[in-house]
Amino acid sequence: MQSAFAGHAFCRMNSVAFILIAILTLAAALAAATLQKLMHAALSFALTFVGIAAFFFLLGAEFVGLVQIFVYIGAVAVLIVFTILLTRRDVEKDRGFNWSGVVVALAVFGGLIWAIFKTRSISITAPEIPALTVERIGQVLMTGYVWPLQCVGLLLTAALIGALILVMEEKR
Amino acid sequence: MMPTLSIFLVVSAALFCIGLLAALSRRHAIFILIGIEMMLAAANLNFIAFWRFNPQPQQPTGVMVAIFSIAIAAAEAAVGLALVIAVYRHYRTTNVDQLDQLKG
Repeated sequence: MQSAFAGHAFCRMNSVAFILIAILTLAAALAAATLQKLMHAALSFALTFVGIAAFFFLLGAEFVGLVQIFVYIGAVAVLIVFTILLTRRDVEKDRGFNWSGVVVALAVFGGLIWAIFKTRSISITAPEIPALTVERIGQVLMTGYVWPLQCVGLLLTAALIGALILVMEEKR
Repeated sequence: MMPTLSIFLVVSAALFCIGLLAALSRRHAIFILIGIEMMLAAANLNFIAFWRFNPQPQQPTGVMVAIFSIAIAAAEAAVGLALVIAVYRHYRTTNVDQLDQLKG
């Protein structure tokens, strides 16, 4: 765990760990995008977000990684599984597949790769920086980011009330 | 050898395009939501990577943006899945090709 070395700078980023996490994340994402069975795709989706949280740990943003695990695997993946179970009578399998989407996605990927490798200034390695503690995040949230924090709280409340109203049974 | 910033950007670009693929080519509404969530996560990965590779990371701005983005993505997922359930109750299907009532 990197947080055990707080105070000491970050551990060096390990490229073996990077390659393993990248393969896991991209394979799980491809499985989530292409698997026919809805439930398998939802579980691959959860695995994708485990991989992204591992990337956040690797980059030294432990708090964001933990938030990602709590929110996505604890809440969003469970919500998706519940929705699949509630709409099960429809289709167990997703049959239609639009191949023009593959062309668009590959074109966007090619454009992004071209832009990334054309930019010389981003082929840098990570500098040694002091660890970002949760205390620091809390201080920043409560001073400079207090208005965005309140707005996000209001947004979450409105979204929850809106979701409840949307799924409420219609009165006849 | 340590991974460079551009390698992280390549990974997040690949993740974004897989999400785009899921959102564009699947016909089930839940898959479209899954694709949108993946694209948001790829953007978060970019924010964190740019924060980490900044030589003077005094202000944790990238981390803050990622935290707010996760909160907004959670709200979006809740409303989106509620919409899927409401549409399913009304039309008895979640296939987006069959939801063409608004077509002129």
